Amino acid sequence: MSDDSPSMFDPEELAGRTMSRRGLVAAAGGGAAAAVFGLKTAQARGAVPASWLGEHLAYGTVSFGSNASDPVPKAAYQKVFKAFTAATGTKVNVNTVDHNTFQQQINTYLQGQPQDVFTWFAGYRMQFFAEKNLLTPIDDVWRKFGQDFSPAMRAASKGLDGHYYFVPIYNYPWAVFYRKSVFAANGYTVPRTWDQFIALCKKMQTDGLTPLAFTDKDGWPAMGTFDILNMRINGYDFHVRLMGGKEAWDSAKVKAVFNQWRELLPYYSSGALGLTWQEGAQQMITKKAGMYLLGSFVGQQATNAADHADLDFFPYPMINPAHGQDSIDAPIDGFLMSKKAKNVKGAKQLLQYLGSAAAANIYLRTDTNDVAANKLSTTARYNTLQKKAAKLIGSSKNIAQYMDRDTRPDFASTVMIPALQQFLNKPDDVNGLVSNIQKQKKAIFGS
Amino acid sequence: MAVDVATGLKTGGAGRGARAVRLSTADRITLTVMVVVPTAVVGVFIWFPTVASILLSFTNWDGIGGVGTAHWIGTRNYHEIATIYPPFWPAVEHNAIWLAFLTVVATPFGLFLAYQLDKNIRGTRIYQSIFFLPVVLSLAIIGFIWQLIYSPTEGLINNLTGNASSTHVIDWLGNPKLNLWAVLVAVGWRHAGYIMVLYLAGLKAIDPSLREAAAIDGAGEWHAFRTVVFPALRPINIVIVVVTVIEALRAFDIVYIINNGRNGLELLSVLVTDNIIGEASRIGYGSAIAVILIVISIVPIIVFVWNSFQERDV
Repeated sequence: MSDDSPSMFDPEELAGRTMSRRGLVAAAGGGAAAAVFGLKTAQARGAVPASWLGEHLAYGTVSFGSNASDPVPKAAYQKVFKAFTAATGTKVNVNTVDHNTFQQQINTYLQGQPQDVFTWFAGYRMQFFAEKNLLTPIDDVWRKFGQDFSPAMRAASKGLDGHYYFVPIYNYPWAVFYRKSVFAANGYTVPRTWDQFIALCKKMQTDGLTPLAFTDKDGWPAMGTFDILNMRINGYDFHVRLMGGKEAWDSAKVKAVFNQWRELLPYYSSGALGLTWQEGAQQMITKKAGMYLLGSFVGQQATNAADHADLDFFPYPMINPAHGQDSIDAPIDGFLMSKKAKNVKGAKQLLQYLGSAAAANIYLRTDTNDVAANKLSTTARYNTLQKKAAKLIGSSKNIAQYMDRDTRPDFASTVMIPALQQFLNKPDDVNGLVSNIQKQKKAIFGS
Repeated sequence: MAVDVATGLKTGGAGRGARAVRLSTADRITLTVMVVVPTAVVGVFIWFPTVASILLSFTNWDGIGGVGTAHWIGTRNYHEIATIYPPFWPAVEHNAIWLAFLTVVATPFGLFLAYQLDKNIRGTRIYQSIFFLPVVLSLAIIGFIWQLIYSPTEGLINNLTGNASSTHVIDWLGNPKLNLWAVLVAVGWRHAGYIMVLYLAGLKAIDPSLREAAAIDGAGEWHAFRTVVFPALRPINIVIVVVTVIEALRAFDIVYIINNGRNGLELLSVLVTDNIIGEASRIGYGSAIAVILIVISIVPIIVFVWNSFQERDV
């Protein structure tokens, strides 16, 4: 596959490329008219932020630390950087590290010799490093493209000090996935309320299906269920305060979440604690299980195109009418600039490009399981699932980042993962469980 | 290494008293280098980190910024670990079970294999190779291999026994009452081969006339093994005990590969890693667990060193 063939690019991107060439001429020869012309076209097409065109100076080489070790995202980033270098002349030196290893080593990484720009997540997990003074604030970059992002995205990109640190590129929703053909063959309808949801589970069980695929060997997937039940029962604001350590874990509100959760346990996959999320996805894709609450990356497991096209999802059913279906976990992935960045100008130029609609368009053409963060990016090439995901995220009043991104990393990994697994093993001792979580929460948060 | 240094110092000290006059300058330099270099290596790579861990275990350092940002919090970490940290006591228990299993099941089984194969039965080389094969694999690889066997829905055992598609699969890896034993079988598979090789070497070294004498005196096979062969294996037994204890205390990789050492597979080594490495970065807290592990490890080391000195004195 040749990336140089113009037919491979969509018109928007092609416009972007031509313009930046014009821009280069402008910068070199002072042809301001050409630059102004380019600027207007760019705004009209929504390809590159307007102010972007003023800066096509090449700034040497920017180093980039990437956790995109899976083949699909890795290839997607390569294309993004290629386009960036073509547009600006600034080179990108990418160092890709295994996804989990990158996460595990982030503390030492940031204090050692980090790359100028690196991949990371929005939420507390980003704010924590900003607070520890390991990141460079990028308010100047945000001044150039802030208007291209929704208020929710803008809020998610700020540190606790109100400065911008994060540039989002895409996010993905957590929802209940199912196969359309299974629902059609058995006459199932999408449940809106908890009672309908339980009734559907019962019906699936009598039909010989595992109603809900559920797996937690990896430790983190169970957090998705806790999050959504908590947001449905107690609302998004309570979720934020609970994750921030400002609410007690042994309160009646948290107990209500676990008690509600217990109603689902009879419908879960047998042996859930010994299964990976991939195995759970296979249960749903091979029609052994009816439904599966997971992020839209579940689509990666449907390698057969026909299976992928048969996938569909619905937002988690309503439990408390006061909160309806107004909240969702939709973690945002994106980029940060390290405090120790060597090539500051190049890094900011790269971040500005990565926040543009053009970069998101190129990225999502290769990685088709996510949704662009930038409002101006094109949805024309989205598959049905992506379109639906974009609609769900767009219509959700509150967007959470997922438990392990919304709370302290030490609390998520050393307290909550074992606690949720303990709940799945001994669902009847909710009081003992939450009082123990509360004690550890006090020790970790210090209050 | 500590023992080498200890004996090195000991002979060095004895030599100075008796034959100090005969030491040439070259000898002195050689001796000095031989004492100083290993001591420095041990000091820098073993004692410094150990002392640092002990000091850090009384702080709340989060690993970000210099050590100067750490606050001295006394024994709070230890108190919290023992009272409100749920994985701690299970981890201690699992390490103990691990040690007991290796001592009572895997090691005797290795000895049994060695004893049988020492009889030069037909194909003994092939059997030796088969039993030794797992030893060359790292425990991480073994964990990976056995997951293919144990996986509840995709695994070999449940598919062969027809438990994979039923609504109640046998959850070898996820049921906390079951998974430790499933893992121990995999660990024993490797450990028995290791012990077998060590004992085979020991058995080869036994003077055949001892067994002949026992046979002439009319001792049965079990009796001869118990009263003649096994006591003659005493030097190798000490090595085996040390190897077994070390294997039980350093166990880590296999459970980490399987489920990050959670949900029934907690081990002290995993708790140290969980807290120190990774995003959690509770250096002080993890150091406290590491210190507890050091204290536990020191007990068999003292017994071993004590034993070896006793022997020398006899």
